[in-house]
Amino acid sequence: MEFIQDLMNYGFLQKAFVTSIMVGIICGVIGSFIVLRGMALMGDAISHAVLPGVAISYMLGINYFYGAVVTGVLTALGIGVISQNSRVKSDSSIGLVFSAFFALGIILITRAKSATDLTQILFGNVLSVRTSDMWLTLIVGAVVLLAVIIFYKELLVSSFDETMAAAYGLRVRLIHYGIMVLLTLVTVASLQTVGVILVVSMLITPASTAYLLTNRLSVMIGLASFFGALSAVLGLYISFLYNMPSGPVIALATTAIFIIAFIFSPKQGVLWRAVRGNRHRAAIGK
Amino acid sequence: MKKAIEVSDLHVSYHGKQVLEHVSFQFECGNLIGIIGPNGAGKSTMLKGLLGLIPKDAGSITFGNEHVDAVRKKIAYVPQRSNIDWDFPIVVKDTVLLGTYPRLGLFRRPKKADKEWALACLEKVGMEEYANSQIGELSGGQQQRVFLARALAQEAAYFFLDEPFVGIDVSSEEVIIKILKDLRDEGKTIFVVHHDLTKVEKYFDGLVLINKELIDAGPVKQVFQPEKLQKAYQSPFTGLGMLGVGV
Repeated sequence: MEFIQDLMNYGFLQKAFVTSIMVGIICGVIGSFIVLRGMALMGDAISHAVLPGVAISYMLGINYFYGAVVTGVLTALGIGVISQNSRVKSDSSIGLVFSAFFALGIILITRAKSATDLTQILFGNVLSVRTSDMWLTLIVGAVVLLAVIIFYKELLVSSFDETMAAAYGLRVRLIHYGIMVLLTLVTVASLQTVGVILVVSMLITPASTAYLLTNRLSVMIGLASFFGALSAVLGLYISFLYNMPSGPVIALATTAIFIIAFIFSPKQGVLWRAVRGNRHRAAIGK
Repeated sequence: MKKAIEVSDLHVSYHGKQVLEHVSFQFECGNLIGIIGPNGAGKSTMLKGLLGLIPKDAGSITFGNEHVDAVRKKIAYVPQRSNIDWDFPIVVKDTVLLGTYPRLGLFRRPKKADKEWALACLEKVGMEEYANSQIGELSGGQQQRVFLARALAQEAAYFFLDEPFVGIDVSSEEVIIKILKDLRDEGKTIFVVHHDLTKVEKYFDGLVLINKELIDAGPVKQVFQPEKLQKAYQSPFTGLGMLGVGV
């Protein structure tokens, strides 16, 4: 209750609140496609690889958004080039490219700014969200949501049956890189809330939780957004109350929700599976 | 009869390795054509090569005198079952609805009429009672019928099916082959990657027999001959007598 009162009173808390909810929603939306397309590792890679872009933007004195988008897209292209033009398998090329970008990013950041900034970028500090950051997140969020709404049909069919989609003339490569761009945007928008290292938990965990609960993509996206926003707000609350870095707290909140679904999901949960299995065995036993 | 497809001297490689060479054939509309050959002969690769999904090294493919890109929306593709993620959060009727997407194009959403059309296609394959089931809950044969319904919903002129009869029940196989023959009678052109030689003569009008290169293509009677099959399968074909092929 005290938190709600503080939320009314403090501007910085309101900004943090709005930003976290938006981050939760867009991570849930893009995360659903990342999970279904089997690109979890790619999501992790892109989120790490924005780091040098952020550093270079600092050095040039421009908004970190631009640099991050450039290195994010470069990473996606680089991974594609290596895995398609050599025998190196795709997961190895992902690891290869993003660790290089991440390492470069850390060196650049420590050169450009003090170590406290590095910690914030890596682990997030939602309470330090400025008004301009909030607007950036809201605009990026609106762009991402609009893109998914407009191209929902194409995203669905290319995620489900890429060959059929390509056969009838859909540009599936373009869609792949489009998703990479959206993923980069989402990562940048999430930077202050969860930090680059743990963005992947916001992308993968709420979407996987939703995956256990429904048989429809639209419902999965809705649930993933809800769980994402809920985790972000929980994370903000606990991080505010106990003065902890927001990223790890949010990540653990997503995990807690996942564990509940993993055990209790009506269709996929381990609990009901065990119950059904026992009943089945008992019925056969008779 | 109108010419459906003409392939001349097609060469296809995959990851830098030559998979198919010297493939030439042509078929008219209203043919049900089997693509046969031993494992690793390049059957699926040829299907993807025909559709222009993997770049060709040489040769030309025309669909009724047009480039494949001009007829894409009229191409229905049914993938091998092993290439689909059966845990995908999609129910049967929405899977069939995907068949209306090519016609809708960008930006337009399926309307009520499209949904009714999808349900009608689902009825044609006898799967309407499963409309709200998740696709992974179905048997192999049922899954294949749902994907055929999706192809029907597309109202295509060309149908490409990759191993549709693998691991499915007899009644599903009968339903599928009947629908394919009906489509053929309506003047559609259907290619089926197939490996069970016992039913070749019963199912198909035309055959494309390959093993890394074209062995022969044409009417079943002309292609389904012991010496040609031996050449494709490269081992003395002792089973041919049993299959009713005179040796």
